[in-house]
Amino acid sequence: MGESSLHVLKGINLNVEKGEMVAIMGSSGSGKSTLLNIIGILDELDSGEYTLDGIEIKDLNEKKAAQYRNKFLGFVFQSFNLINFKNALENVALPLYYQGLKRKERQEKAMFHLEKVGLSDWSTHLPNELSGGQKQRVAIARALAAEPKLLLADEPTGALDSGTSQEIMQFLQQLNDEGKTILIVTHEEDISLMCKRIVRLKDGVIMEDKKIKQNRLK
Amino acid sequence: MIDFGLFREIFQSLNKNKLRTILSGFTVAFAIMLFTILFGIANGFQNAFENEFAGDANNSIFIYSGRTSKAVEGYQTGRRIQFDNELYQTISEEFNQDIEFITARVYKNVTASFANEKSNYTVRAVNPDHQFIEKSEIKEGRFINSLDIKNNTKNIVIGNLVVEDLFPNTNPVGKYLDLDKIKFKIVGVFVERSEGSDSNEARIIYMPISTAQKIYGNNDYIDQINLTYNKSLSEQEAIAFGNNIVDRIKDIFFVADNDQSAVRARNRARENQEITQFNAILAILVLIIGMGTLVAGVVGISNIMIFIVKERTKEIGIRKALGAPPNSIIILIILESIFVTAISGYFGLLLGGTLLNSFDLRDYWIYDPGVSSSLVIAATITLVIAGAIAGYIPAKRAASIKPIVALRDE
Repeated sequence: MGESSLHVLKGINLNVEKGEMVAIMGSSGSGKSTLLNIIGILDELDSGEYTLDGIEIKDLNEKKAAQYRNKFLGFVFQSFNLINFKNALENVALPLYYQGLKRKERQEKAMFHLEKVGLSDWSTHLPNELSGGQKQRVAIARALAAEPKLLLADEPTGALDSGTSQEIMQFLQQLNDEGKTILIVTHEEDISLMCKRIVRLKDGVIMEDKKIKQNRLK
Repeated sequence: MIDFGLFREIFQSLNKNKLRTILSGFTVAFAIMLFTILFGIANGFQNAFENEFAGDANNSIFIYSGRTSKAVEGYQTGRRIQFDNELYQTISEEFNQDIEFITARVYKNVTASFANEKSNYTVRAVNPDHQFIEKSEIKEGRFINSLDIKNNTKNIVIGNLVVEDLFPNTNPVGKYLDLDKIKFKIVGVFVERSEGSDSNEARIIYMPISTAQKIYGNNDYIDQINLTYNKSLSEQEAIAFGNNIVDRIKDIFFVADNDQSAVRARNRARENQEITQFNAILAILVLIIGMGTLVAGVVGISNIMIFIVKERTKEIGIRKALGAPPNSIIILIILESIFVTAISGYFGLLLGGTLLNSFDLRDYWIYDPGVSSSLVIAATITLVIAGAIAGYIPAKRAASIKPIVALRDE
């Protein structure tokens, strides 16, 4: 990581309302991942402002940033990013540990969310004993466990076959139906069509921002 | 309040990453084991040194006579110096202040016979104090006492090997033993307390000095004067004390001051001084090697900590993305390191101690090797602190990189 400054995002004006399901599209280098990282407080913005749930995210120290991530945001990654020596239940319970919940409460809550993604029978399995789709579902359960305001998914289907991708997207739609705000970064057209709104980025600026009719999966 | 969740996290991470745990544990355990063995052997050396001279009291001075090698005041060289009772009296009175025990010695080789058994032995005729100078331990009966001296009794005290030779199945105390056709009553049996000494000591027959002088030559000659100095004397003072006695004897017999052969003394203080110096050098040597071992251990654990943090970078990224504050990451890694080093340090101590005790190294001049537990605990704490510091620096760095960078790490 060099210190040279490179302007990846060159003026983005984006407002996402509660309950939306937004796809951020763009080819590689378009700045979509950077945007997601800023929204996810994984990266800092150089200028401008970012308001999350009415709170301005600015000059946070690491501790505060960690707190906000824990409270407001749930992450789903392309490569799942499960901790490989923890079983499914423990992975899901991890954000709750950082919330300071008691062990029993953590496990109950984690189990609830595992059930929700349909993996309660797999709670004691390690990540390498699960299929890609199952891993991603554990990751989604983990992202949901802390009951975040916003679910951020970075190419959530990037490492999955099309059948499993459909399954995951269907589940995300279902979550959105329940009122969860979801932001999905993807470069796949068909994935974006399953969202309610598409934001296209190119060279760090928004080329297009349109609401669409959602392609419902059933 | 103790955070049990944190310990559960640590224990799980150690348990699920066994290779990593064993690797770092092994380094520390090995360093501590080497440290324990090294210090143990050094201590064994010192013990062996002390044991070597344990046969005699460690504050003894043995004074011998010989022939003069220098002509002085009209006397020719080659004159034989003969100690006698008068000299013994003079020395014990004049130096009374600093003498703890004193005895004269007369030697005589005899053939002893009991029933059909017969063998040759050395008779050592002595004063009662001798028992404390040679550290003879009475097994049966008693040692020579002052009444024996006064009455020139034909009482003897024999070594346990004499008993084995001549009285295989009987208690010898009270029996009469023929020494060159003269009957002596056995009043006691002794054993030599020192382990290193040769069996000759246990084949000695002790006799009252007055009796020996009367029977063997009817004179008041003495072969040797043995004494122990007051333990309150320093080594320097004791050496000077020994020299004073020798000088006084030289005066009495008109021997030149620089005559080395007429009157000689073997002073334990001198040997003690050498032992002290030897031990000091040994201690410095061991300290250097021990520190070297520790430094090697510290370098080892530091390397492993850097490796561990590198390996866990992605996990750290995940934890941070899920809301782990940076401090919790640092504490997690450091506590893990402390836990591993402390446990494996203890394991290394046990291993080293067991190894030390499982071999008999007496033939190699190592007696009763052992290490004080406080020393090993100090060494372990050093490694624990080193592990913590070594873990802190990379952990701090890992905790401060942006989660997105850590997550990209493959």
